[in-house]
Amino acid sequence: MGERYNIHSQLEHLQSKYMGTGHSDTTKWEWLTNQHRDTMASFIGHYDLLNYLAVVENESKARLKFNYLKRMVQPCGPPPFKEDE
Amino acid sequence: MHLYNLTLQRATGIQHAIHGNFSGTKQQEIVISRGKIIEILRHDPNTGKVYTLLTEEVFAIIRCLLPVRLTGGTKDYIIVGSDSGRVVILEYNPQKNILEKIHQETMGKTGCRRIVPGQYLATDPKGRAFMIGAVEKQKLVFILNRDTQARLTISSPLEAHKSNTVCFSIVGVDVGFENPMFACLEVDYEESDQDHTGKAYSETKQSLTFYELDLGLNHVVRKFSEPLEQFANMLIAVPGGSEGPSGVLVCCENNIIYKNFGDQMDIKCPIPKRRNDLDNVNRGMIFVSSATHKTKTMFFFLVQSEQGDIFKITLKTDDGFVTEVRIKYFDTVPVASSLCVLKTGFLFVASEFGNHYLYQIAHLGDDDEEPEFSSAMPLEEDETFFFEARPLKNLVLVDELDSLSPIISCQIADLANEDTPQLHVACGRGPRSTLRVLRHGLEVSEMAVSELPGNPNAVWTVKKKFDDEFDSYIIVSFLNATLVLSIGETVEEVTDSGFLGTMPTISCSQLGENALIQVYLEGIRHIRADKRVNEWKAPAKKQIVQCAINQRQVVIALTGGELVYFEMDVTGQLNEYTERKDMGADVICMALASVPTGELRTRFLAVGLNDDTVRIISLDPKDCLTPLASQGLPSPAESLCIVEMKGLDYENYASMSLEQQQSTLFLNIGLQNGALLRTVLDPTTGDLLDTRTRYLGSRPVKLFKISIQGAEAVLALSSRSWLSYMYQGRFHLTPLSYEMLEYASGFASEQCPEGIVAISSNTLRILALEKLGAVFNQEIKQLKYTPRKFAIYHENGMIYSIETDHLSYTDQTRQEKKEQMAQQMIQDADSDEKRLAIEMANAFIQTKLPETTFGAPKAAPGMWASAIRINDAINKELKGIIELEQNEAAFSIALVKFSSRPANHTYLLIGVAKDLKLNPRSCTCGYIYTYLLSDNGERLEFIHKTQTEDVPGAICGFQGRVLIGVGRFLRIYEIGKSKLLRKCETKQLSNFVCQIQTLGPRIFVCDSQESCFFMRHKHDENQLIIFADDIIPRFVTAMALLDYSTVAIGDKFGSIVIIRLPPGTTDEVMVDPTGDKGLWDRGLLNGASQKAETLCSFYLGETITSLQKTSLIPGGSDALVYTTLSGSIGMLVPFSSNEDRDFFQHLEMHMRTECTTLCGRDHTSFRSFYYPVKSIIDGDLCEKFTSLDMNKQKTIAEELDRTPNEVSKRLEDIRTRFAF
Repeated sequence: MGERYNIHSQLEHLQSKYMGTGHSDTTKWEWLTNQHRDTMASFIGHYDLLNYLAVVENESKARLKFNYLKRMVQPCGPPPFKEDE
Repeated sequence: MHLYNLTLQRATGIQHAIHGNFSGTKQQEIVISRGKIIEILRHDPNTGKVYTLLTEEVFAIIRCLLPVRLTGGTKDYIIVGSDSGRVVILEYNPQKNILEKIHQETMGKTGCRRIVPGQYLATDPKGRAFMIGAVEKQKLVFILNRDTQARLTISSPLEAHKSNTVCFSIVGVDVGFENPMFACLEVDYEESDQDHTGKAYSETKQSLTFYELDLGLNHVVRKFSEPLEQFANMLIAVPGGSEGPSGVLVCCENNIIYKNFGDQMDIKCPIPKRRNDLDNVNRGMIFVSSATHKTKTMFFFLVQSEQGDIFKITLKTDDGFVTEVRIKYFDTVPVASSLCVLKTGFLFVASEFGNHYLYQIAHLGDDDEEPEFSSAMPLEEDETFFFEARPLKNLVLVDELDSLSPIISCQIADLANEDTPQLHVACGRGPRSTLRVLRHGLEVSEMAVSELPGNPNAVWTVKKKFDDEFDSYIIVSFLNATLVLSIGETVEEVTDSGFLGTMPTISCSQLGENALIQVYLEGIRHIRADKRVNEWKAPAKKQIVQCAINQRQVVIALTGGELVYFEMDVTGQLNEYTERKDMGADVICMALASVPTGELRTRFLAVGLNDDTVRIISLDPKDCLTPLASQGLPSPAESLCIVEMKGLDYENYASMSLEQQQSTLFLNIGLQNGALLRTVLDPTTGDLLDTRTRYLGSRPVKLFKISIQGAEAVLALSSRSWLSYMYQGRFHLTPLSYEMLEYASGFASEQCPEGIVAISSNTLRILALEKLGAVFNQEIKQLKYTPRKFAIYHENGMIYSIETDHLSYTDQTRQEKKEQMAQQMIQDADSDEKRLAIEMANAFIQTKLPETTFGAPKAAPGMWASAIRINDAINKELKGIIELEQNEAAFSIALVKFSSRPANHTYLLIGVAKDLKLNPRSCTCGYIYTYLLSDNGERLEFIHKTQTEDVPGAICGFQGRVLIGVGRFLRIYEIGKSKLLRKCETKQLSNFVCQIQTLGPRIFVCDSQESCFFMRHKHDENQLIIFADDIIPRFVTAMALLDYSTVAIGDKFGSIVIIRLPPGTTDEVMVDPTGDKGLWDRGLLNGASQKAETLCSFYLGETITSLQKTSLIPGGSDALVYTTLSGSIGMLVPFSSNEDRDFFQHLEMHMRTECTTLCGRDHTSFRSFYYPVKSIIDGDLCEKFTSLDMNKQKTIAEELDRTPNEVSKRLEDIRTRFAF
């Protein structure tokens, strides 16, 4: 019972369940990468945003979807070098 | 402020299209999603037209749509994935014409999120399971089954999640009756997220993963995963089991690969390219949509490339293994978001932008001379096949569905001087762009126009027999004669019809089984089938003034107001009723309802008298010719018409049988003052209830009963012609976009089964109405590139528009490029082939494929083409085009007058970016082109060009000078001799100035990401200062001023808000150069010290592209009209009283609880997507009231202390007060 209301275990649960839930050691790169991935997913999901971008870029919607999905893999470049590891 | 949101025209773009037997019959239907609308279409193989069966707004964003059919079933269900965090299964009920939600499973949070399933959907081809996936991580599998009553059941979800994995596509593999299998394209990014050197990222591979649903263990396993050499964007399932080899086609960039697990080798075939294509050489080619056609003996795929070319792909198999992939160029159609091949041999193309098309597949492309490419043909690495693009050969265009999507810009103005303003809409993308003028009204197609030897008074059509399908005669009455025309191959005069030709006719009709009747001044002529004629003569000194006829009854009115009633007996004899009735006043008009099926007579006669009343008189033998009811009118009646319409009676609903429930008698009264009254005629007492009034025009209203879609409808002629009809369960009163008509009648012939024959001065016209249900009638002008903005010069009705396309060549560059390629061709050829090469090169330069279907060649990123177009909106002609140089992109336009120049000089300013790169935005420089209008605005005289350092994104005249937003700077320019002179600048905005408007001394400026700023120019200090701003960042795409301190803003994400400066806001804010002002006086985070308040907020779900406060109908009040990218047009209107507002607020509240949305999205939460909905009542939801079932309507109406009739009347009233 006590374990369940433990703030850390709750956080961990959230972090495993929802991608991108932050923690005290979230780096700028992680946060930004998450933001970008969320944005891409939103571009793909909202049909009119995709229409908007397709008109602006003059590309087909399928091409844009493909580009955004590819960009989701690493939207903000490689992660920064971590010294302690 | 409270507003009411109403859609005038629903979105027209199509996001998804699927086909199947949704009604459970042999006939196939197409289900399309228009973003937040689900629509069922049916194709009529006889006429070739596609028509709508049902349209339903779901108040959610539909993200995927798929049909599913249980094993051995005959009916398809619809699975819908949306932003509701739920998956729903819908069933179409053809009897009630509704969609029923049969299952709804919750999977996660609402919204289009990264890890909540709803983006991808795949079904097992045998209908045993489906998989729903998110963009990342989550995939759920549901098992479908039947219960004992053969109803569809759904299991709890089985997880197939894999974290850190981006999913590109999912498809159900056809494995026959083995365990269901799903194939996914996935990329795992876990390693690349850990590796700071970037090496892991560069080695990241996409993999094709198969998930198997083990039906025995009730669990999903990741069966097999294989890395792909290239990234792919789409999977196509190959028929399996007994029908084919199973497996998938993986569509990569430039290649298509057949894959299957087991011993099957991968078969790779390059995607053919157009020969001598002008596209950028670095571009790859991907497939964007596909359709599979499968019969018992064969199957093939139609896949469409980014350029719109459709290829037919077939597989060659040997002993169950695929040995060859064959690909053949089929035809080119506009790029589609979905393709559907129907069983009847039609191809439905849901275009991603612009009109949608239906083609008939005339040939399968099997036996022509054109080359077929194969994976077995030897090719070098990175080489591909080439084909010759050509006009349609295998497809034949059958039907076209109009679509405005994308609407880029819209302005509402009455340029054509028609009293009613027109909507000028710039829509489309690239070469398929158009400038359309929309007018409220039905489009009329003119089938025939013929001149008559005089000016006729009236026209009728009659059949020879009651059960004839088509009319036989057209009868035209003149001042002193009657002309009878027979309808056949041609229309010609006949004299053997039995009709009297020497007299003018009052009315004529078909009577009984096979007789005809003609009523003229002195009598009635009853013409039997064997040409025997019975005549009834009017009494001496009396004439017949009016008459009303239906299939079995005839009523005539004699001078002085005496009514004589005839009824037909079983022998076909017309018998006069023993009594006559004196009305006490002159009869102006009369009407009889049609005889109900299975009965001998209608019980009601409506009579309009010149004492400004309408009386209902009984024709029942029990109380024949006794008055039942009477209604006073504001002006004498001109014409009456009783029609039966379906599904609108509320009062007596419960006590009626099913047949009666669906139809109601309406008495339509056309008044001499130009108004039309529509009242419900009570079927038992004859009382007149629930009167609704519409003003139709300046002339007395004449009414005619005609047939529309097999049901009765009323054609009302005044100074404009109107049609009152039921369409898809909703009542419509729509004007016809046609000249004034004087008299009309229904018309049915083989060529035109539901037409109208009408007279207009001395011509006889045959008209047909084809686009029923359409709100607007469109006048279309083709453009060259994507329109961006346009400016209207009201004095002369000129429209100046700018068109700009990215990845595009200007005409000149394209020509140069072509010549270069032709030169290359000649150079490359051997000396003995030189002549041939020259011929080919010439032919290449000559060939021009229409870009509207074939698309413009795609140039490299950063290449722009742009043009300025001068259109005369009054004479509807093009006055000129100015093409800008390559890579100059026009983005802003405004008409400006300068105080330092003569008052009659109007300048056109155009903001142009040079070498613009989109992301992140950069350009070498910008220009502002200044033109002087000359020749009444027909010509543009180039004055000068001013260089700027960033993109000029917005221009607006201000106090005799001009405000220009250059990148993030806002500047005031004055006109000079050789350029515009910069006078004042502010750098306070942070991103990009996208909108500027002014009112008096106030300037309203929108930043592209930071919402609206309220500014003022201080003359003495020559400073632009922000005195107030908004509290929420908004990505503004459209703005409209409502008054001096109120602004409406539409944003990119689909929210509309209205913000207002609170009372007491002062414009006289001092700038603080020393910085020693009190902390409390400075705004938070460098914002302004005064803040605007949000008055209203509402989520539309579609990017808003224009906002304008205007009146849409003559004499109507102002409404805030918006257009969205998906092609919908709507408005926000104010309430006339608090009582009104209260009523609708309560109605909306009840509707939210009573009306279940189809996708399981909560209405309030949908309308509050980004900001909580505030003070805007959703009329689209309220209007669903009329389609609720009667009991629910009654409960809601009781809660509101009203009857359902009153509620629906108020719904209709608020719509007609502002628009249509």
